[in-house]
Amino acid sequence: MRTILLIAKKSLARHALSTSITAGSLALACGLVIGVFSIQQQSYEAFTTGAPGFDAVLGARGSQLQLVMNSVLHLDTSPGNIPYTSYVEMRDDPRVKLAVPYAVGDNYKGHRVVGTSKELLTEFEYGEGVGYRVMKGGRVFSELKMEAVIGSQVARATGLRVGSHLHFEHGIREDVGHDHDEDYVVVGILEPTNTPTDKVIWVPLEGMYRLSGHVLRGDGQVYEPKPNEDIPDEVKEVSAVMLAFKSPQTGFQFSQQVNGGKEMTLAWPIARVMAQLFDKIGWAHQILSLVAYLVCVVGAASILASLYNAMNERRREFAILRALGARRATVFGAILAESTAIAAIGAVAGILVYGIVFTAAAHVIRAEAGIVLDLWQYHPSLWMAPVGVTVLGALAGIVPAMKAYGTDVATHLVPHS
Amino acid sequence: MALLELSDVTKAYPTPEGGLNVVLDVPSLQLAEGEHVALEGASGSGKTTLLHIIAGILTPDSGSVSLAGHELTSLTESKVDRVRAKHIGYVFQTFNLLQGYTALENVLLGMAFGSGQNVDRAHALLGRVGIADKASHLPSQLSVGQQQRVAIARAVANRPSLLLADEPTGNLDAEMAQTALTLLREACEEVGAAILLVSHDPAALGIFEERRSLADINHALQSGGEA
Repeated sequence: MRTILLIAKKSLARHALSTSITAGSLALACGLVIGVFSIQQQSYEAFTTGAPGFDAVLGARGSQLQLVMNSVLHLDTSPGNIPYTSYVEMRDDPRVKLAVPYAVGDNYKGHRVVGTSKELLTEFEYGEGVGYRVMKGGRVFSELKMEAVIGSQVARATGLRVGSHLHFEHGIREDVGHDHDEDYVVVGILEPTNTPTDKVIWVPLEGMYRLSGHVLRGDGQVYEPKPNEDIPDEVKEVSAVMLAFKSPQTGFQFSQQVNGGKEMTLAWPIARVMAQLFDKIGWAHQILSLVAYLVCVVGAASILASLYNAMNERRREFAILRALGARRATVFGAILAESTAIAAIGAVAGILVYGIVFTAAAHVIRAEAGIVLDLWQYHPSLWMAPVGVTVLGALAGIVPAMKAYGTDVATHLVPHS
Repeated sequence: MALLELSDVTKAYPTPEGGLNVVLDVPSLQLAEGEHVALEGASGSGKTTLLHIIAGILTPDSGSVSLAGHELTSLTESKVDRVRAKHIGYVFQTFNLLQGYTALENVLLGMAFGSGQNVDRAHALLGRVGIADKASHLPSQLSVGQQQRVAIARAVANRPSLLLADEPTGNLDAEMAQTALTLLREACEEVGAAILLVSHDPAALGIFEERRSLADINHALQSGGEA
């Protein structure tokens, strides 16, 4: 074994460039496989089992998925508005534990501005016993003032601090030139929650209604809010109502009731709706997996090709070794050890590649969805991929090893005399 | 009992015309333990083929080859490899050092398949052939004479019963050839190995007390080789 390892080590050193390139391609393959599966699993768990704190979302008639995407993940456009009175009905229903209205439609430098009620920041629990907390030096907004509480990611990305002033832009994407005139002031920054909330700017619902250019159509007529004049509830609108129920049966009852009608949609339960999203984009995961597997095959093929091509120049080496007493099996084993070593190097380096791929993907996912992924969260691919790549690499060495095995000593040692 | 005994050994290669070219026809060849014999043979006289058959690298078409009590023609290839690793040392005209391996590693490989690697002994052998300070040098960093010394050290590394030398001085000048052959004989005497050297170089043959002509042994040369 010591001799086999010496032969393999010497060859790897002599062919350092091709060894590096081949191991590099396998590292990429291994890293991609781990990354694809690990990111997919964590994303799925974060989106479908990570408790959003609410049980259901009430919104305009349309896609439940769009409603959840818009109100829970703060992605996608709103499917439309519903009357404020619908929120009031839900809020006052004894079966409802908490109802929080959302009104969307503006942004600040690409960060969504969501009008809501104070209860979101004071009563809502996004985790078991865990609610939003405003960082030291800040406070929750006053519902009748132009004040904003910003998510931690917004603060980091924009540099906004308590006391900072800001003007919102109309629309949910950054589009310079359509600023609202109103001057808002940041009164609080939320502690990081590692949820989509971190990327949102929260303002009082009333403030959203009164932004210049905003009109309300809650009663079917266009209503433009006037300063110093109360806005009737009948004309108010909300984009969605986030609902937490006192019992699971309530969700079923409301679902039957609301979804049986023609005006509104109740997305319930939120986790199931999110799971539908993953079902819909399952093909993307399959394609990514396929690409990762193909890169593995290409990596293994590159081992085969590089070793096989080197066989001709190495036949003399094998012939000399055989003349020294090496058995065919020794030569065969040396090539297998070489291919296995290349693959093992690739597999180990693959974990590094995984770290890079994961970190980059996690950064994008956090920026886009506010979900934080854990690099070191266990997934079977963390060990299965490196082991699989190593085995695949070892198998790729069989063909060149067979060629080495068949080397004719007399022919390649010296010319016949 | 002879260390090496060949009996009615023949070897032929196919010709492009479809016939057979008999390159070796040795009715009898014997070598005693510790005996040093030089065979004189011109280029094309079947020298290398004879040594390959003795080493078990080639299989004769007919006849028997007995080495240290082992009948090579009746053994499996794996067992022949084992006999070769244990009993044979080989010095080639072109040295056949493994490129990419240091002098020390080349010597270590000479013992790897037999008794096993012994670094101390490998160093001692390099010292014995006068290149102790070149242990970490690659063959490409050594002079021709130094390469031959490494080849000699490697050939005796496994304390072989028989050292086969195929034109070992073919690439050396006269002075280096004398030095190398003296070293070779001394090294073999120290490990008790017999030597069977084949060469066409009179200077090389000159230092051996017992010289034989390959033409006397290989009857194929007398019959012209065609079959």
